[in-house]
Amino acid sequence: MVSARSVSVGPSSLSYTDLPWIIQHREDRCTLCGRCTAVCPKEAIYLAYRRQRMPKLDVLKKTRGNEYRTFVGIRQKTNMANTCIGCSMCSMVCPNEAIMPVPNTNEHRTLFFHNQKGQPQTRGGRRNVSGPNLLDRIMFDRISMLTDPALDAGRHEFNLTTTLGRTLPPEEFLKRQREGGWIPPTREIFPFVIGSMSFGALSPNMWLGLLQGVAYCNEVLGIPVVMCTGEGGCPPWILKSPYLKYIVLQIASGYFGWDEIIRAIPDMQCDPAAIEIKYGQGAKPGDGGLLMWFKVSKLIARLRGVPEGVDLPSPPVHQTLYSIEESVMKMIQTMSTAFGHKVPVYPKISASTSAKSVLNNLVRNPYAGGLLIDGIDGGTGAAYNISMDATGHPIASNVRECYLDLVAQGKQNEIPIFAAGGIGKNGNVTQNGMALIMLGASGVHIGKYIMQSVAGCLGNEKSRCNVCNVGICPKGITSQNPKLYRRLDPDLVAERVSEVFMSISTEAKKIMAPLGRSQSLPVGMSDALGISDKDAAERLGIKYVC
Amino acid sequence: MCRLALKTALEPFSPYEVLTAMEAMQEGYDGSGLGLLLRGLNFEDYKYDSKHPVLSGIAHSEAALQRLNTIMSQRGYELKYDHEFETHPAMVEAKDRYRYFVRVYKLPAAFDGLSTEEIEDELMLTRLFLRANGEENGNDLTAFSFWPDVAMIKEVGWPLEIGNALTLHDNRITSRVCMAQGRQNTNYGINLYACHPFFIQGIATMTNGENTAFVPIRDWLLGKHYPGYMGYQSDSEVFAHILHYTLKQLKLPLQAYKHIITPLKNAELDKHPQGVFLKGLRDACRRLIIDGPNAVIGTLPDETCLLVMDHKKMRPATVGGRDGAWAIASEMCGVAAMIPDRDPSLDFQPMREHTIIVPPDRKELTIWSQLDPYPLAQVA
Repeated sequence: MVSARSVSVGPSSLSYTDLPWIIQHREDRCTLCGRCTAVCPKEAIYLAYRRQRMPKLDVLKKTRGNEYRTFVGIRQKTNMANTCIGCSMCSMVCPNEAIMPVPNTNEHRTLFFHNQKGQPQTRGGRRNVSGPNLLDRIMFDRISMLTDPALDAGRHEFNLTTTLGRTLPPEEFLKRQREGGWIPPTREIFPFVIGSMSFGALSPNMWLGLLQGVAYCNEVLGIPVVMCTGEGGCPPWILKSPYLKYIVLQIASGYFGWDEIIRAIPDMQCDPAAIEIKYGQGAKPGDGGLLMWFKVSKLIARLRGVPEGVDLPSPPVHQTLYSIEESVMKMIQTMSTAFGHKVPVYPKISASTSAKSVLNNLVRNPYAGGLLIDGIDGGTGAAYNISMDATGHPIASNVRECYLDLVAQGKQNEIPIFAAGGIGKNGNVTQNGMALIMLGASGVHIGKYIMQSVAGCLGNEKSRCNVCNVGICPKGITSQNPKLYRRLDPDLVAERVSEVFMSISTEAKKIMAPLGRSQSLPVGMSDALGISDKDAAERLGIKYVC
Repeated sequence: MCRLALKTALEPFSPYEVLTAMEAMQEGYDGSGLGLLLRGLNFEDYKYDSKHPVLSGIAHSEAALQRLNTIMSQRGYELKYDHEFETHPAMVEAKDRYRYFVRVYKLPAAFDGLSTEEIEDELMLTRLFLRANGEENGNDLTAFSFWPDVAMIKEVGWPLEIGNALTLHDNRITSRVCMAQGRQNTNYGINLYACHPFFIQGIATMTNGENTAFVPIRDWLLGKHYPGYMGYQSDSEVFAHILHYTLKQLKLPLQAYKHIITPLKNAELDKHPQGVFLKGLRDACRRLIIDGPNAVIGTLPDETCLLVMDHKKMRPATVGGRDGAWAIASEMCGVAAMIPDRDPSLDFQPMREHTIIVPPDRKELTIWSQLDPYPLAQVA
């Protein structure tokens, strides 16, 4: 036994097998080019010189001795600040396949040390629960076969659009039509919306790529996709462009960027698609937006009207003098008025057991153009891990309850409910989205899936990567550092956006055709849904199948 | 698959004619039931005044018939005529049919001061009350319609055999309009009410094919909390209720029906002279958009007959005839069987945008296209 003093062990000391990812390095292949250590966003690896003793025994001369050689290799750091996140950038840049991170299949100890210096873990990504979620398990089981033949997804015409904005009851619509009254604005949009990811959370190249892709979907492919800005405002050149009509502008409790937006109103060539007022977010309910100082670059600071390099935590709620109901009502009305009552305005809330009361409030607000409910599996660029993992409400039953509440009042066509939070979490974006639509959503918002599918975001629910909050995104998706975001080619992102939406569009037809639906989006067509889980079936009011 | 036949003529004819014509369409038809609606009634042994409401249905027991008598007299209706079918119970599959009734009543004196709409509501509520009463008593009383100048019969079995069982060929009951449908509901449970045509306040429709948008449409109609929007043992019942909603609740012209159930595409609406209004109407009535390979055949209280297709037009229906007599059927051979003495080259199969109207004068067809200007003056 060696003395304790010669082994340096502290409470937070970790070895390779304590880490979530272990770097495997093959010295026989390494050319010592140094690219891996240069690219590693966490500086988790370093070039190490090691001395190797070569015992030497000359039997004839009866002498013993040693020879020493020096070798050079890549080694992994074991301190918390530099743990490997498994992004694999090292293996991507290695010319000789000499290095790669390998997931640690044993339990790892870092879970207990994410609170260095008393700071609880903050990260990007979404709730760390992997495997099929409830939406993945829903089946579309009402297949048309005899009295109504299934349709041909390739040849029939399909109407895949949905309405964003308030619709009047038919009697009221006709009355206002006769009397020349105000008819609330609506938009016909593709039911899969690119959810709110702010200019600031996303890099300029990512944003540009999304925007180009959305414009291409609309103007060339005829798929009316819209995207939401998130709360970081919108670059003035977009505000004054004819592409603003594909943008949903978000206002949140930090009000970032709204000086620019309000000033740009007189110069706008067209109206924005809608205004989203964020009251809550699925990934971190009851918490405001959080843009950490790493990402507040000069450009972002200018756009948001703040100093460079400071944390930008938005308050959890909008500032209000009297009550939240009053605030919501006035804010919706004010935003509607600001855009001449020609732009739908809707709030976004976290999925919650209180969602129904918000909804019923909106039903009675003539200016409210919808409700977006964001479930617990929603992603974020930055939040406390505890908020992400433990706070919130799953989306499916929340949307279903709200929809059935509207049905009971006969108002399901008046206030569209949009759903978000975990759609496409396991890649089944169309299946997840259409399941929510048949449960009663008019459409869905997808954010994390878009980052993963159009830009190659590496984050997953086993805590891979998820460093969006600190601005070191290895793919350049969520970084404000030009060295990083230059890795992302906006043209290629745009190409992927169009590929993704073409594919969703085809898959949606492949779901609708066997159900015999083509004329309108099957909102609330719950008779088409089944699940092999009795409790879930009962809760959602759909069939139990086995 | 449902087979549909409608005949309308200036001269009253026997419903048996239409049942015979349905035999021509028997291929691909399971003959599991019959729904029959007669409008413009004529009784051999009674001079009928078309102002008086007619109650049609089935009493499945003597007790049910007595309850029916009690209910009707309690509500102040006076029985004027009770049509007795010459029935052959052995020819009917079901064994609990005590009495098929078509009865003419006189409106209660208390209705004198009521408006037409109030009287119409009373008639509907009486029918619904009888239906509910039957359902409360083990389904021993079935009430199909209670309306002036309309009689309905629904039964399980092969249509022609049901006609024989009720001796419909004896010409004791004839009508100027006859709608017939030959299938029991097969998508949901067998239920007498589930057989087409469906009827609400003088408006009747029958449909072939399945409406796959049934559940969202049903949910929306139920949300209107209108007493007549109930039942829904069949997905096709919503077609009748949407027509009722269009004409009676929204008070829109008949042209609006097609714009509501199968709105034009965005690109077509962009070019349409009333495109802005029609887009608004589509959005406001979005939950009433139908989906399915359907022909919807309907009749209205003034004896107007209509035929529309769903958007996909996968089951073409045909209309044909001559001055004074017209037929609409789900199969061309049905039209030929109902009106053999017509020029078949003038038969018409509507496209997805058409609404075919046979007006009460029965002189010639009217064909409306959704692409035509909409009679906006009536709504704007």
